[in-house]
Amino acid sequence: MPMNRRTRRVAKNRPKAAVLAGLMMGTLAMSGCGPAQADNTLTWYINPDAGGQAAIAKKCSDESGGSYRIETSLLPTDAASQREQLARRLAAGDSSLDIMSLDPPFIPELAEPGFLAPVPDDIAQATTENVVEGALAGATWKDELVTVPFWANTQILWYRKSVAEAAGLDMSKPVTWEQVMEAARSQEKTLGVQGASAESMTVWVNALIESAGGSIIVDPEATADTIELGLDSDAGIAAAEVISTIGKDGLGGPGLPTQAENESLIGFQGDSGSFMVNWPFVWPATSGAVEAGTVDKAVLDDIAWGIYPRMTEDQESAPPLGGINLGVGAESSNPELAFEAIQCIVSVENQAEYFVTNGNPPSNTEAYEDPRVEESFPMAGTIRDSLQVAAPRPQTPFYNEVSTGIQQTWAPPAAVDPESTPGSSSDFITSVLRGEQLL
Amino acid sequence: MTSAIPAKTTTASSSDPGPRLDAGNGKTNGRTGRAPKQYSDRVRAERRLGWILAGPAFVIMLLVTLYPILQAIYESLFQFRLTAPDEREFIGLGNYGVILSDPVWWSDLGTTVLITVITVAVELVLGFALALVMHKALKSVRGLLRTAILVPYGIITVVSAFAWFYAFDISSGYVNSWFGWLPGIDENLNWFAQGPTALFVIMASEIWKTTPFISLLLLAGLAQVADELSEAAKVDGATWWEQMRKVIIPNMKAAIMVAVLFRALDAFRIFDNVFIMTNGAYNTEVLSLLAYRQSISRLEIGLGSAVSVLLFLCVLLICFVAIKLFKVDLAGTQGGK
Repeated sequence: MPMNRRTRRVAKNRPKAAVLAGLMMGTLAMSGCGPAQADNTLTWYINPDAGGQAAIAKKCSDESGGSYRIETSLLPTDAASQREQLARRLAAGDSSLDIMSLDPPFIPELAEPGFLAPVPDDIAQATTENVVEGALAGATWKDELVTVPFWANTQILWYRKSVAEAAGLDMSKPVTWEQVMEAARSQEKTLGVQGASAESMTVWVNALIESAGGSIIVDPEATADTIELGLDSDAGIAAAEVISTIGKDGLGGPGLPTQAENESLIGFQGDSGSFMVNWPFVWPATSGAVEAGTVDKAVLDDIAWGIYPRMTEDQESAPPLGGINLGVGAESSNPELAFEAIQCIVSVENQAEYFVTNGNPPSNTEAYEDPRVEESFPMAGTIRDSLQVAAPRPQTPFYNEVSTGIQQTWAPPAAVDPESTPGSSSDFITSVLRGEQLL
Repeated sequence: MTSAIPAKTTTASSSDPGPRLDAGNGKTNGRTGRAPKQYSDRVRAERRLGWILAGPAFVIMLLVTLYPILQAIYESLFQFRLTAPDEREFIGLGNYGVILSDPVWWSDLGTTVLITVITVAVELVLGFALALVMHKALKSVRGLLRTAILVPYGIITVVSAFAWFYAFDISSGYVNSWFGWLPGIDENLNWFAQGPTALFVIMASEIWKTTPFISLLLLAGLAQVADELSEAAKVDGATWWEQMRKVIIPNMKAAIMVAVLFRALDAFRIFDNVFIMTNGAYNTEVLSLLAYRQSISRLEIGLGSAVSVLLFLCVLLICFVAIKLFKVDLAGTQGGK
């Protein structure tokens, strides 16, 4: 009897299951390859944010008076996965890549094989006025503008006023890594740096080497066989000394070897927080945490900021540069419309709005004059100053190899040896690029 | 398992009469008469039906598995980067030379084998214990017990990987404070900062997640062992341990081997847990991740395909070894009965 009842129940459920399966297949078929779109619909592949890009897309679509309609499509969370998806789609000739939000380090790799549509001269001229130097450099490949700068990011030095005061550090002028490390040591606090084997490690190594007057790659436009790295240099050794000291002396705390930007922020908000190098998202994230009640208001009041630490007292630092540029796929069926839409997206007004609502700083200096910016981001001035001196990560088609190579050889920080790490990581990356070794 | 054993019986029954029919036709036409011919018609019809039923699935299998495998083998002979399509160059077995002469391959292979051996061994013991519990449980709680044991297996690996990651993570985890009384664990232990502890978490998560699968396979094996056998042993004065060792385990060897084979193949291809928890940092990289890094991250299709082909060969090797062992055992159990 129980068997009978069960079979009957299964039989009764079968039509339901079939309908469900049919629905699923239908959804799969509909969501599958190549979105069916009207002629004037543009697809914008966006990196995840707090909804700002979708809002801009809607605003520009409405303003265009029906000449185009922008649909957004979400890319994966981290930059490396975004690159993987876009590179594979571009290589396969996907025509839905009308507008793409691109992380600057990966642009040469896409520009070199001609995956990006050329930027028309008039658009190039209109969208690069008043744009900070670093963002412009990141948008260019072989002296040609291949993408349009949208927002620009930079790391600044965040610190707890109470700790700096107790350590007797004068924060009114730029500080050095040496001073920051000494302050953390004397106050028995931890430094917020990114020691995980992740992209954030490359960001840190690059900033230290650039601040010491060097470069990870000597000639960025070289081919894989002839590329020459600048890791094994005085600047590389100086960078290794800072990283190694922080690692070996435990100045980054026990979490350092797995710590990227978010983890450093959590540590910085805690009791042992002192100094931290990090992106501007720190401010909205901490304010949000105070509102949500997970962080004390006193912590927010204790936070101050300054320019990225120097390697030596008399040499200006070169803070990390990030951000997003907009590119158009070479196979896009509507490149003219796409560039028209891009011109709308990167308008000064939209950049300011995006900063205020999503915390991503404008690449256009004019946008910082907007009164709303100063109001919600008291550190906007520091960010703008930092952007003017920030240095991009190596602009090379082999960025992924260089970056992953650095991540594998410079993490964990405690294992970095100033005498051997710069040389061995340089050899490792070179032989990977020559195809002699796996990554 | 269900597919392996019936397949054997059908091939045996359908292929045996074939030759017998041919022999009958050739030698002694009159002796056997019409009976075998009728029989062979039926067999032929069955075979045809078999092909009609299984054929489409077989063709689709070829399309979705054989084609990519051949494509990968072909691509592995080239130096080919997706972002430099014009520089594609035939280099023969060059990629294999690079891989096999690289210590990274061998250390990743070591890590993969270590994970496979430890997880399968632990899962087998735990799975067997759980299977015994499920087998012996009172009827009233049996359903509930099986459901409870199966829950981890129903969770998506990526989700369980995140759950384990956050539990052990130094900034958000609770493991350090809960288990601080154990030697070696304190609030400053960063599980993912060095290979051994990271591998421990990866393997623990893997074991937690897939032990139910093994225990289900073993439960099926336990159910096959006739109660009379252990009862007879009990009457003869065998202890619990002797019943286990001399009666129950030998009689379910086939089920154990199938469980080990399935899990070993799965464990060898481990990816999700490592990808989520460490992304291969600090000597936790496994072969699947190595293949992923070359072909998906670096877009080096040639090199990545070569790693995949080598990984495939390793899996084939495990299959070959296990099936050889498995066959011997199966014959042994049948002979015993």
